[in-house]
Amino acid sequence: MRIALFVTCLADTMFPAAAKATVTLLERLGHEVVFPPGQTCCGQMHINTGYQRDALPLIRRHVRTFAPYDVIVAPSGSCVGSVRHQHAMVARGAGDLSLAARAEDVAGRTYELSELLVDVLGVEDVGAYYPHRVTYHPTCHSLRMIRVGDKPLRLLRHVRGLELVELPAAEQCCGFGGTFALKNADTSAAMLGDKMRHVLETGAEVCTAGDASCLMHIGGGLSRLGSDVRTVHLAEILAASEA
Amino acid sequence: MSTFLGMPATAPRGVGHLRGDESFPEAARKALGNEQLRRNLAHATTTIRGKSGAVVAELPDWQELRSAGSALKAATMARLPELLEQLEANVTAAGGVVHWAADATEANRIVTGLVEATGHRRVIKVKSMATQEIGLNEALEAAGIAPVETDLAELIVQLGHDKPSHILVPAIHRNRTEIRDIFLREMPGVDPALTDDPATLAAAARRYLRETFLSTKVAVSGANFAVAETGTLAVLESEGNGRMCLTLPDTLITVMGIEKVVPTWRDLEVFLQLLPRASTGERMNPYTSMWTGVTPGDGPQEFHLVLLDNGRTAVLADEVGRQALHCIRCSACLNVCPVYERTGGHAYGSVYPGPIGAVLSPQLTGVADNASLPYASSLCGACFDACPVKIDIPSILVHLRNEAPHPRTERIAMAAAAYTMDRPALYARAQHAAKLSRHATRLPPPLNGWTASRDLPQPPPETFRDWWAAR
Repeated sequence: MRIALFVTCLADTMFPAAAKATVTLLERLGHEVVFPPGQTCCGQMHINTGYQRDALPLIRRHVRTFAPYDVIVAPSGSCVGSVRHQHAMVARGAGDLSLAARAEDVAGRTYELSELLVDVLGVEDVGAYYPHRVTYHPTCHSLRMIRVGDKPLRLLRHVRGLELVELPAAEQCCGFGGTFALKNADTSAAMLGDKMRHVLETGAEVCTAGDASCLMHIGGGLSRLGSDVRTVHLAEILAASEA
Repeated sequence: MSTFLGMPATAPRGVGHLRGDESFPEAARKALGNEQLRRNLAHATTTIRGKSGAVVAELPDWQELRSAGSALKAATMARLPELLEQLEANVTAAGGVVHWAADATEANRIVTGLVEATGHRRVIKVKSMATQEIGLNEALEAAGIAPVETDLAELIVQLGHDKPSHILVPAIHRNRTEIRDIFLREMPGVDPALTDDPATLAAAARRYLRETFLSTKVAVSGANFAVAETGTLAVLESEGNGRMCLTLPDTLITVMGIEKVVPTWRDLEVFLQLLPRASTGERMNPYTSMWTGVTPGDGPQEFHLVLLDNGRTAVLADEVGRQALHCIRCSACLNVCPVYERTGGHAYGSVYPGPIGAVLSPQLTGVADNASLPYASSLCGACFDACPVKIDIPSILVHLRNEAPHPRTERIAMAAAAYTMDRPALYARAQHAAKLSRHATRLPPPLNGWTASRDLPQPPPETFRDWWAAR
């Protein structure tokens, strides 16, 4: 299958390993990955901070860039959530009904990585090997905005050598929330404090999730604590192999 | 949204409790520093969450009930004027008197006038968010009338000269030792040997309230529902104090937000299933009192209904925001909200705290007067899932953020970011510029909130698009 990679601006700039791993994984499964070069950012930060007018050109760009592809994947539940639930809404709010229709069309072909693997490609065992004790944080937008359910866990359970440990209060927000972490830094830090306590309680070596943003937040907190628990994107675990 | 003559007005300033003295982040910082408060809140919300989750899970048709509740509310709002006139006609036909109050000032004037006309100087009150919203107690006190809250938690808040911090559990921020101290200091005729045993505290409140119920001739209530087709008002409560207020006095005055009307008696079957399970985690509400006008020789012989707007029609005028009016005040969203759990209700500055408060208060007052509230959420979506009438709170938050006034520096930064991101070549150059800041582990203001407690990740030597191009 020919799959277009929507890399997300955060993964492109700060966490390329997650995006490279997505490519490695999909190619290992026998698929062709293409990277539409006109892409930059889906505009989620602008939309969620209250700048829908500024987001509009980014939505236009995103829709134009990805319109030619049948299957689009992003290693981020949050950005897929924005594409699926916000692009058409913002376009409609601006009175651009044609853009709204095209945005809905692109959204219908856009998948988060675990959705693509399980629902579209019909695979749960991706042939990964990752000999570590791992806990999984479901991330709010994967869980409640696009509802990936237990797909990431099903994928992780098939990874050889991996010991999956349950995260207490897993469904509670880590406190990132994009610019929430800046505008309400103290509240965000309090939420992060509880999330880190729960991660540390599991005794895991690695905390994983399907969103680089939440991992950046949790990882930034753990690093400040001097903890040696690492944050690793789900795609990197699934791409890891014995060879 | 443009304004024109005849545009519905927002709630007036200087009266009532919809606006805080400081912004959410400032108020939250103080609350976060109070370890006892955070423990009280975490314990209470976890308990209610567990109880509610268990009884909600018992119903196989919970999702259908939520959809029914949502559809009923949407249909009601679509013909609100007609239903309110029908309610007025039926209340009047049953011997009640209906008053229309455009805002808090007018509602307070109406209620104060009605109490003064009875010649009595004390009223007993059923727990009511609408009267909290308009600051009725303060207005009555200013007129020399003593309001007595009869809900245990509201009584604790009133005696403590405090503000409620939760829609359902107004004294959630207090522990029992604090409550004993308040009773000893403020409750008339209290036993000086009072302990902090919950049963003893409840008994002290009961003794005081019984005397008050039996000697007060005027009551003020809110309403959970009003049935347009019959003119019936309904109050749901758990302690029985509400029923005492609704049946013992000679005069009953009910203040009700106009969004509380439902078209038919039958509609209650949906809400009476949704509300107790979402709210207190009970299968059935303990005390559901309903009355239609007055009945000679039984209960209050004079009944007044005050229909309160106070910004509600302005909310109704907003296509996205109007679903906030569907709220049945169950507080399920507060109990699941990670922000509320850590900051408590006072941080929101309004009688409506938590996620629903973050969307309702700014709409009632106009967003500029509560500009920090739409940002008092990480948009985690737990509130949407918990809401028994499916109010899409995250979408309203995003919508209100778009209406909120923005700081100038942020506006410039956001516009610059959008400009760059719409130009891939410029964007790629900006990505490389990020590498120059490789060893900056602390950010300058206003971004230092992040690095106060988190380390910034180091930008990698190569972006994804560089790697892809070199492949």
